[in-house]
Amino acid sequence: MAASLSLLVIVAVTIRAALFRSGLAELIAERVEVVSPITAWKRVIEGLALLDLGVSPYSGDVFHETPLIIYLFHFLVDYAEITFMLADVITAVALYMAVKDFNKQVFRKQKFSVEAERYPADCLELIRSPTEMFYIPLKVAMFYLLNPFTILSCVAKSTCGLNNAVISLFVLTTIKGNVLLSAIFLCLATYQSIYPLTLCAPAMLYLMQHQYVPVNPRRVAFWWFVVQYLFMYLGSLFVIVCLSFFLLGSWDFLPSVYGFILSVPDLTPNIGLFWYFFAEMFEHFRLFFLCVFQINVFFYTVPLCIKLKSGPAVFLMFMQLAVISIFKSYPTVGDTALYLAFLPVWSHLHRFLRNIFLVSCVLLACSALFPVLWHLWIYAGSANSNFYYAITLLFNVAQILLVSDYFYAFLRREHHLTAGLYLKKKDGSEATLVLK
Amino acid sequence: MVISQTQKRTKPGDSGSFDNAATPAMNVSGPGVGNKMGLLSDPNRRRALISLLTRLNAPICALCYFAGVCWFMGLAFEPFTLRTYMSENAMGSTMVEERFPSGERALATGKEFAAHKKKVGGMPVDWLVKTMQARGLEVFTQSFSRTLPFPDENKERYIVKGTNVYGILRAPRAPRTEALVLSAPCSPGENNNQAVGLLLGLAHYFRSQVFWAKDIIFLVNEHDLIGMQAWLEGYHHTNTTGMDWSPLQGRGGSIQAALSLELSSDVITSLDIILEGLNGQLPNLDLANLFYAFCQKIGVLCTIQGRLQRNDWDSVSGYSHAVQTMMLMVMKQASGRPWGDHGLFLRYHIEAATIKGINSFRQYKTDVTTVGRLLEGMFRKLNNLLERLHQSYFFYLMPSLSHFVSIGYYMPAFGLLAVILLLRALGLWVQLASPPVRAADGVGDIVQSSPGVLSVLTPLVISHLTGAALYILPTRFQEIAVEHFPVSETEAVVLTAIAIYTAGLALPHNTHRLLSGEGTEQGWRVLKLVAVLYLAVLLGCTALINFSLGFILALTLVPVAAFVTPHVPKTLSAIVLVILSPAFTLLFSVFFFQELEEMPVSFQDGWLLYLSVISQGILDHYLYGSLVYPLIALMIFPCWLLFWNILFWK
Repeated sequence: MAASLSLLVIVAVTIRAALFRSGLAELIAERVEVVSPITAWKRVIEGLALLDLGVSPYSGDVFHETPLIIYLFHFLVDYAEITFMLADVITAVALYMAVKDFNKQVFRKQKFSVEAERYPADCLELIRSPTEMFYIPLKVAMFYLLNPFTILSCVAKSTCGLNNAVISLFVLTTIKGNVLLSAIFLCLATYQSIYPLTLCAPAMLYLMQHQYVPVNPRRVAFWWFVVQYLFMYLGSLFVIVCLSFFLLGSWDFLPSVYGFILSVPDLTPNIGLFWYFFAEMFEHFRLFFLCVFQINVFFYTVPLCIKLKSGPAVFLMFMQLAVISIFKSYPTVGDTALYLAFLPVWSHLHRFLRNIFLVSCVLLACSALFPVLWHLWIYAGSANSNFYYAITLLFNVAQILLVSDYFYAFLRREHHLTAGLYLKKKDGSEATLVLK
Repeated sequence: MVISQTQKRTKPGDSGSFDNAATPAMNVSGPGVGNKMGLLSDPNRRRALISLLTRLNAPICALCYFAGVCWFMGLAFEPFTLRTYMSENAMGSTMVEERFPSGERALATGKEFAAHKKKVGGMPVDWLVKTMQARGLEVFTQSFSRTLPFPDENKERYIVKGTNVYGILRAPRAPRTEALVLSAPCSPGENNNQAVGLLLGLAHYFRSQVFWAKDIIFLVNEHDLIGMQAWLEGYHHTNTTGMDWSPLQGRGGSIQAALSLELSSDVITSLDIILEGLNGQLPNLDLANLFYAFCQKIGVLCTIQGRLQRNDWDSVSGYSHAVQTMMLMVMKQASGRPWGDHGLFLRYHIEAATIKGINSFRQYKTDVTTVGRLLEGMFRKLNNLLERLHQSYFFYLMPSLSHFVSIGYYMPAFGLLAVILLLRALGLWVQLASPPVRAADGVGDIVQSSPGVLSVLTPLVISHLTGAALYILPTRFQEIAVEHFPVSETEAVVLTAIAIYTAGLALPHNTHRLLSGEGTEQGWRVLKLVAVLYLAVLLGCTALINFSLGFILALTLVPVAAFVTPHVPKTLSAIVLVILSPAFTLLFSVFFFQELEEMPVSFQDGWLLYLSVISQGILDHYLYGSLVYPLIALMIFPCWLLFWNILFWK
């Protein structure tokens, strides 16, 4: 397995290196689907230039990355390509290890359940075998490293790749059960883009399950754990924000990074839902809809947590990552790539998926149509923004359908595991379940 | 849980299949939502639809194809088209008083120009500069040079050196932020002298007018499109094709519209407007409307595709006339090449058209003064523009100058063809998702599908490598080919391309067996699913950018994609497949185009024409950045090879 993983890494790095050397890199770095105003490498360079001149990098409304990133590249700017390739490799390896560990746990849990005869007799075909689970970690790494979205994002030197690395390290440490590191990486991810804040809930849920803390708000142990975790999380967040302040010598970065993410002043088209909506809206509704749109990202945490509190928290994490990457204010394809990498983990749900063919066709077509409609709109001038937004909308609807399909399939499998696979009606004939 | 009353015998959830019988009720949606969600959630209706689509797949596909072709042919029928109308208010009425008086003088200037051209043996730069300066323009020149990737045998040029001369009439009434262009090519021989004469005459006349709010640039470009490309690149500070040109010394504002003039006789019988530009891009329809409106006003016969419009749309001959006009436009647009000097403006978001004077044997003649008045009127109207032309359509086909078909009307024709691909893909998916009974448990599936990936990937990669060879090798290997074979460079390029194309047919089939052993029944289905979806996306994108190209390719490739399996009779299918391949499509198009132009050719001439069309296509790509050649070589041809591969699947 290690050999195939290294082979995969070599292939992935070769593809990236070749693309870096080709003329395509510049073209890709300009694509709005791949870079956002926050993650664009061009803007990081601008920030570095300002920093070298002794001016605050946040003056002039160009640079919106966090201070840590700019100080990182202050030293690494000559090795930027290697850094980004390394970030992708780290993400893939972290996900590989995380999923391997997670699968072990799933299998152990399943073995206990089977031994305790907790599953109905006709559910044998739903039980997962080690052979089918063996290749899943490798597939996860492959889905991340060879996904065209990741490759594009890496070649464009979008800092999104670094965010993904931090998030995947968070997933790894969480699955390994290391509370402190999990909190630290989550804090780093939050520091980078706010939205991973919602991953707090699945992390705590997972760690509680891991340490056999009852998930019950009426128990003291539950609250004690929550306080512990939040203390570590907020503490490291405090440290890191203060560190940024001391590095930079001013609080400029707060409005320029987080204000920029939350108030969405830059309406450059991207694959998200914000730009068109806020470009079309009357100014006096702006604040209201801004709140609605931003709350939307965070809100799904509550129902998802309630519904999935007994299930594996990694599924909840996957759902959260998907929700973030769909509804965040400046999404890029790099964000999408991260949650798509988790799909092989849920390969046992494939038999319950309903729209996978339709959804994958739509996602495929949309990915091809983005550059075409952009060309027609911006260069040829014969189409307009509505064409492009229509594709954005379709792309996001397809993503939502994909995620909800997985959610449905997950719940349905859980249901079958308790109620039996072949449902009978009271009179003994076979029954159909209908979503109502 | 709500257990419905219907009885089902299906096993719950075969991997990924559409027709899942059981669906648990979840707290996700409230009561009643399920009913509204209809197709997506109701398993019974869903399965009924799927089974209908799979059972009737072939008849529905045939019906769709037939309907698509009929729809397309119906587009030229006048009651189904829209009348053109001026959308731009700033150009709304033709209430301009045209007073251009000096047609005779323009002709005299044209003769003088011809004499100087003959004397210098090319572009009389000094004379042009002097004449333009005498007419009160700010005059500048731009020199350019370009070595073609291989000699252009049609125009007999290889190393091109030339000079563009342009004069700017500064707008007296506005801050000079916008400009209009009138251009005339300086062609070799006796062509277009009158156009240059008229251009200079108009410059002289416009100079004395006070109402110009936009700079007017009078451009005489040498070596037609190459000169135009150099000038436009210089004007916009871009260099997309690696041409050498000297930077422009003077420029006006941003160019709003451009007209290119071609006039080779003292009197004309009609004016023809040419709209098709690079990559099938068209100018805003209002530009054509403007031309039509002024032709009506001044009383000049006007044509599109060199064809007058007829009023007897309800007769068979009238309808076929309209169809032929539209087909000419479709063929020209599909070729992706600029059909006049205006074609390169469109890339820079500048609305442009070429106006060409035609002198036929018709009795009624129009003199140059009238043409000058027409141009004056058009420029006066364009001068009134407050913003770029954007009100009217950019996507249209014209069965006659007074009628057009907009994107909403012609896209369904393509859509009906594309639906066939989706239906086929759906059918394959259902077949793949419900495998034979033995592979019921998950273990069997995994073992079976792992060679599947490899057997799909190998043909994909090899086909694309063949495509890449077709794109790269012809121009790279011309020296070697010329050394070893008795051919010229141009022939070498074209024949290499044809050779690689033919070699591609021999190469990729059965290559998957090298890596993955015997191909399985599942294997070709997966490959076909991939190929069909690939083709659908490819054609969809092509049709959005260049409808005509997308439609013609769909017309030939969709039947291939629909019927190919390894189980159809090999020889017959192979012949059909080859006949429907992109190269043969091009060959038929050449003959068909000649037929439409009413210049039918013999097979021998047609073949020579075919070779020259290929070389022109390759040249268009290298000189102006036309995308048709790379599209065919890198995408369409490999995609077709995949179907070829499926036919010979073992």
